Amino acid sequence: MVPHLVMADTLIKANTADYLILAIYFCFVLGIGFMVKRNVSDSADFFLSGRSLPAWVTGLAFISANLGAVEIMGMSATGAEIGLPTTHYFWIGAIPAMLFLGVVMMPFYYGSKVRSVPEFMLRRFGKPAHLVNSLSFALAQLLIAGVNLYLLGSIVHALLGLPMGVTLVVAAAIVLSYITLGGLSAAIYNEVLQFFVIVASLLPLTLIGLHRVGGWKGMEDKITAAADAHPGVITPAHQQLDSWPGQALSGFDNSFWSVIGITFGLGFVLSFGYWTTNFVEVQRAMASESITAARKTPIIGAFPKMFVPFLTIVPGMIAAVLVTEIADLKAGGHPTGGASGDVKYNDAMLLLMRDVLPNGLLGLAITGLLAAFMAGMAANISAFNTVFSYDLYGDYLVKGKPDEHYLKVGRLATVAATVIAIFTASIAGSFSNVMDYLQTLFGFFNAPLFATFILGMFWKRMTPTAGWVGLVSGTIAAVTLWAGSKFGDWFTLPGQGLAFAAASTAFVVDIVLSVAVSMVTQPKPDKELVGLVYSETPKEMRTDPDEHTLPLFSRPLPLAGVALAMVVVLNAIF
Amino acid sequence: MAGHSAGAMDVRNVIGALLVVYGVILTGMGFMADKALDKTGNINANLIAGLALLLVGGGFLAWAKLKPIVIPDDYVPDPDAHPHGQ
Repeated sequence: MVPHLVMADTLIKANTADYLILAIYFCFVLGIGFMVKRNVSDSADFFLSGRSLPAWVTGLAFISANLGAVEIMGMSATGAEIGLPTTHYFWIGAIPAMLFLGVVMMPFYYGSKVRSVPEFMLRRFGKPAHLVNSLSFALAQLLIAGVNLYLLGSIVHALLGLPMGVTLVVAAAIVLSYITLGGLSAAIYNEVLQFFVIVASLLPLTLIGLHRVGGWKGMEDKITAAADAHPGVITPAHQQLDSWPGQALSGFDNSFWSVIGITFGLGFVLSFGYWTTNFVEVQRAMASESITAARKTPIIGAFPKMFVPFLTIVPGMIAAVLVTEIADLKAGGHPTGGASGDVKYNDAMLLLMRDVLPNGLLGLAITGLLAAFMAGMAANISAFNTVFSYDLYGDYLVKGKPDEHYLKVGRLATVAATVIAIFTASIAGSFSNVMDYLQTLFGFFNAPLFATFILGMFWKRMTPTAGWVGLVSGTIAAVTLWAGSKFGDWFTLPGQGLAFAAASTAFVVDIVLSVAVSMVTQPKPDKELVGLVYSETPKEMRTDPDEHTLPLFSRPLPLAGVALAMVVVLNAIF
Repeated sequence: MAGHSAGAMDVRNVIGALLVVYGVILTGMGFMADKALDKTGNINANLIAGLALLLVGGGFLAWAKLKPIVIPDDYVPDPDAHPHGQ
């Protein structure tokens, strides 16, 4: 028999209607991109509707830019593995960090017109810190692009049944053509569309899943029964069904240290570091019409964001009791199937879709996932491209060439980054839960960055030398601790505790060394720090004179207060 | 001041159109295609989701219709504005 390109026995059986739904989405996305490019004469329509984008649109784009691999696959995988403590990523992690961004950092970003992290580093600390940061940023983007590509590949594999190696090449080709055809030219529009498609598919998935296991109570009973049947293998049920003290997440046996680890490691260092220095997302807020709208972007985004766990973590928990393979995996078995031959927690969401969604809704779900991972990877590649061609190549390797030269280099960098991502995707695929891997990466790169950033913003004495020394030493400390636990016999922490510990170490080492080095080196003169250090930035640059004219709950601070109160309630209930 | 509406560039119209198209497809599937009741636990999931999508999508279209974004005819774009990220 002639081997068929598409194998008969695929993980997910999509039919014509499913592919039609997928095709319509791509027509919309590419159509918008085309319209944006063609309407150069008409660009007023686009730019004005762009600039007057209301805060709900930029707020949704803000969380949608992040609602990709991390949220959907990582959270469902962790939810399947350890249950409700996963919600800390949202209720202790993301939400307080997003509110902090809106209340404290955003006025500063908007007023000082800093447009990227490397740009801030260059202006605040000069060339060495800029070079270090650009290099580590470019490397991080390549590694994270690999995570997105791996997850994109796992969907293509589930649909077409090709071997994973071939699948990754196919998925990379899809992303490259998406970028080439203009998929990034209307990122905010696409992200808002993506948000609705994802909610429209994950909400039915969760509701049908809950219906199948007998409601919330039925799910709790089944999780309890499974945990009782496999003591020592499955995390005890009470730890899975209560978010605090979250030992299963932090890996600490002691509940006091678990709470500290989660609050400081995850809540403060990792989440604040991620959300306040991630300009792929911060830029969404820059698109809004005023400083108040920019501040409200992450605050409004916090409202839908606090309910995302119900669409990502809960399906994972359902999958752990409803999907045979995941239940088997959790009980210590080695089921086969899934994206890489063996079933992993990463497959929880896809397998649940296979088991509960009829064709039609299945197509919608596939569309949402493909769109999210593709856009996520495209954003990584484009961020890499910008930093590589301007911050690295243009500033250090080949200076002073005409713009066309850098555009050409940029295009080559896009292709090169996509090829490299095929290799970094293989690293991501070796982790049973991509969330462990991502948090480890954030610990290496974002935690020291956050420390340097926040110290440099609020302490004008911090010197240029301290800028790069802090970054380098923080990253080295985190990598050393991680390697010591992974390959040496220093200590072991299950769950994501190692990532939290590495991040906290990076943060502390960075702060301590930055302060020490600052004491013995020369700071910059105050006048060069205007717009870069809080105390040197005039108040007019970071406040909105018209804010008091708005109704009370349209102002950033009261809105943030409401969001904070709601998160406290959610923490108390679950 | 004279002006015209943002039309297809209004993101609410784009969202509304996509959700309505999906709503039509899923509602149709709910009536005609295999309902896969063993998977959904005896619920016609496509039909319910399809109707919900029609409702939400229709809501967005109506919202854009009732409160259009008006662009002044003498508007000149600000070259520094980058509404779509990097």
